[in-house]
This record gives sequence, C-alpha cells and structure tokens, in this order.
Amino acid sequence: MFSAEFMRNALLAGTFIALACGVSGWFVVLRGQVFAGDALSHVAFPGALAAAAAGIDQRIGLFAATIAAGAAIGALGRGALAGRDGRSASASAAEDTAIGTVFTVILGLGVFFLTLLSTSSAGGAGIQGARTLFGSVFGLGAGEARLAAGVAIAALLLTAAIARPLLFASVFPDVAAARGVRTRLLSIAFAALLGVVAAEATQAVGALLLLGLLAAPAAAAHRVTAAPLAGLALAGALALGAMWGGLTLAYALPWLPPSTAVVLIAVSLYYAALGWR
Amino acid sequence: MRTEPTGPTIGWDVVRDVSQVLEYHFMVNALLAGGVVAVMAGLVGWMMVLRRETFAGHTLAMMAFPGASGAALLGVPAAWGYFAFCGAGALAIGRFAGAERRSWSERSANTGAVQALALAMGFLFVSLYGGVLGDLESVLFGNLLGVSDTQLLGLTGVAAAAVVALAALARPLLFASVDSDAAAARGLPVQALSISFLALLGLAVAATSQITGVMLVFALLVAPAASAQALTARPLPSLGITVALGLLVVWLGLGISYYSVYPAGFFITVISFAVYLLARLFAMALARRSRERAPAASRPGPRRGVIS
Repeated sequence: MFSAEFMRNALLAGTFIALACGVSGWFVVLRGQVFAGDALSHVAFPGALAAAAAGIDQRIGLFAATIAAGAAIGALGRGALAGRDGRSASASAAEDTAIGTVFTVILGLGVFFLTLLSTSSAGGAGIQGARTLFGSVFGLGAGEARLAAGVAIAALLLTAAIARPLLFASVFPDVAAARGVRTRLLSIAFAALLGVVAAEATQAVGALLLLGLLAAPAAAAHRVTAAPLAGLALAGALALGAMWGGLTLAYALPWLPPSTAVVLIAVSLYYAALGWR
Repeated sequence: MRTEPTGPTIGWDVVRDVSQVLEYHFMVNALLAGGVVAVMAGLVGWMMVLRRETFAGHTLAMMAFPGASGAALLGVPAAWGYFAFCGAGALAIGRFAGAERRSWSERSANTGAVQALALAMGFLFVSLYGGVLGDLESVLFGNLLGVSDTQLLGLTGVAAAAVVALAALARPLLFASVDSDAAAARGLPVQALSISFLALLGLAVAATSQITGVMLVFALLVAPAASAQALTARPLPSLGITVALGLLVVWLGLGISYYSVYPAGFFITVISFAVYLLARLFAMALARRSRERAPAASRPGPRRGVIS
C-alpha cells in the first residue's frame, strides 16, 4: 500500500487534515457551531467555482471564500447578539437563522458561477464541481500534499495558541468578557481559522462531506469525556483513525470512494460513542 | 431559457413585460409551481425558524441527494428514495429533540452527523451507479422551467396536504415551540410533536424538491420566515408577511431570469437574501428608535450582565 505514491501523498495530507479537523471540531461542537461549519463547507463550492471561472488556482478561491465567510459569520452572529443575554446556547440558536439565510445566497452564487463557467468554457465544469464537492484525496500530487500538510500544521498551531482563552470564552462567555478576554475578536479569529480548516479538508474529503470529519469525531469525543485535554486528544485521534481507516479501506476496495469511506467510519465512531454512554 | 436568439426585451411598460412573460405555457407553470412552493415552504418554514430548526431543515433538504441517487441505483422511482431518506432523517434527528432535554450543541452535532452520513451514502450511490453527476445539479437546483401540468397538479396536492397537516398541529406545536417546559407540564407530548413536525418538514421538502430543486425549497423555507419574524412577533401577521414575501421573491426572481441568461435559482436566492437583510436593518432601526424613547436606566448595556 505504501509503495504507491498517490497513497503516500494521501496519507501525508490526510493525517494532518484529520488532526486539524478533529481538534478544531472539538471547539466547534463545544461552541454549538456545527451549522456554521456546515455553512463554511458549502462556501467552498462557489469559492472554488469562482476561481475556476476567473481562471486562477482553485485553492486561492477556496481559501479566500471560506476565510471571508468564517470571519463574516463570526462577526455577524455575535454582533446580532449584542442586545441578547450572553448564554452560548441561545447565542448559537440565534445564529441558526442568520447562517441559514447566508447559506441560500451562497448556494445561489454557486449556481451563478457554474453557469458562468459552463458558458465561458466548454466542458470541465462538471469535473471541477465534482472535485470540489467530493474531494479527490487520491489525486493529490506530492507538492500539493506537502502544502496541504503544512497549512494543516499551521492551523493546528494557531488553534493551540488560542486554545486557552477560546475555551474560557466558549464555556463562560460572560465571565471571560468580564475578565478582559476579547471574546468577540476570539470568535471571529476562530471562525476564520475554521475557514482555513474547511478549505483544507475540502481538498481531502470534499465540501459536501467535510462536516463528517469536522463534527462526528469531535461529537463522539464530547460524549465520552468532558475533560478538555482528553477530549481534544480523543477528537484528534478519532479523526485520524477515521482518515487512516477510510484511506486503507478505499485502497482495498476500488469501488469505494475514499471520502465516503472516511466519513462513514467517522459517523460510525460517533454512533458507537452514543451507544457506549 | 431564452427561446429565440434575440431574446425578449424588457421595457418600462410593465403590462407588456408581464404579458410577454405569460405568453409561454412553461412560464405560467413555473410561476404557478413557484407560487405553490412559496406558500407551503413559507408556512412550514415559519414554524421551522420559530423552532430554530434551520439546520435540521437543511439536513432534511440534503436527504434528496442520497434519496435520488439511491433510487437511481436500485432502479425504483426517485420519489421512493426521497420519501424513505427524508423520513429516516427526520426520525434520526428527532431522536434528540424534545422531551429528553439535550443541549443545543449536542443536538446540532447529532444533526451534523446525520447529514454527513446521508451525503456520504449519496456519494457512494453515485459512484456505484457510474458517477453521473449531471443529475446532481438538477437535484440541487431543480428545473422550475420544465414543470409539466401533471407535476404541477401533484405539487399542489402535496402542498395542500402539508398545509392541512401543519394547521392540525399548529396550536399545540406553537405552544411546545415557545415554551416546551410549560407545554410538557400541561401534558402535551412534546417529543412526539417534535418528531411529527420534523417528519412533516421532511416530507414537504422531499415532495417539492423533486420538482423545484432542494436549494429553492430551502431558500423559501428560511428567508421569508426569518424576515417576517424579524419584523413582528405576532403569529398571524408574521405568517401573512412570510407568504407575501415568499410569493414576491419567487415571482420577481422568475421574471428577472426570463430576461436574463442566468438561472432563476440564482435570482431567487439573491433576492431572498436581500429581503432578509432589509428586514433585519428595518428591525434594527425600529429597535433603536424604541430604545431612544425608553428611559436610559432600563437600557441594557454591554458587560452589565448580572448573573441570572
């Protein structure tokens, strides 16, 4: 299995993407922002299509779109809550509708760029769309894989850097704000970071399946333990397990797409954790 | 979309423009189908937005993808796949809703896992079927301009059934949505209500998205209802505003797309988003005015959060 170069590339990129997804996903679940993560994963689609329509590298469009949308969700969601009570549960609930409407326009833009692309260049639009929606981890070149791994490591380091204040602000937003933690800035920073992770993971599992890697391992970890360090480690480990298991399974079974295998394992882990406790 | 190479031209004569649009049977059908979906999605979506179940609604709408691809793989009518997956999805999400009180983050994580599972299965079905992704676009974005008379009739029937079912559930559901603790204490089956609403939402989405596309249904579920609820908290006027905004958005979007090369779905989603933004701005302006009138002492300031 390791003799094939595409497999080594996939494992290299997949390993760090899974770790970044698991760790940042733990915060996503803690903050009740799974829907926001879902929205970000869908931004990837028009982002990549816009880049393709403009004729530039699709990764530029991907990262630009997800980071901008992440920052916008962070700013808009919290900003809308200034007058409400600061409990994180109701905060997330109010975000719900805002994200839902942003969503529709995002998908609408996706259609727009798809039309633009299919009218400007003959063909290629469907393949581009399929790559973005479902990812193609086995199609990564050596350079692409190294770049993806590097960006994922940077995202992990950034998460580690803001982990302590972010944890504080997520669990006790009021107390954290009173203690001088800049909660608003933190939530925007985290959402932008989430945008980076979403763009990363889109390359591996695709925009539509990204949620499986982001939410399922982290939700499983939250079911098993409430301790932050153990939970973060477990979320990372479960995401990694899903990635390695999925890649191996997809290598062994040619009819099984790798992104499906990864997500199926991640979701099974979540349901196993539900049954376990 | 354009029927002749030169294309219809839009002028300042509104009557001429509208009659030009109505000249074609497919446009009349598109306007009628869009109107039916707007009314049904507006009413069901109003309850969905009130219950903060937008994520669940989105997930159920996504069920169309594994539904359609699974049905294609098995060679059964697509409708079976839609209904099977939407029903199963509603049950899987509803397991965590209602009486057994779960935290918000846990419920949304569960919804996310359900969606990931459904999409992964959908992708598996597509690749087993032979990887025809041309269908995906029509599943997501639909083809409102190709609605036949029979489809229109079926759509109207489903929408009417959904609205009647919602009306039957409306009063207890409203009570349970606004104050689930009090409703449970009064003996209402909160969890059963919650699952039946999700099932209704799923079936309504499944039935309509076959014709108009998932995205359009979802846009019409969320945006008009969210705008209306930002404007007023009273149920009946807000329901009325929802339906009116939905109709406006659909018909305006279809009308503009008739005179342009871009698809109707794009205009409908962009207009609904603009409507939502305007409603939010209007509500903010209203709130600011009433705050300025109120005595300064009662104004809630930042960082004055008293432990409750």
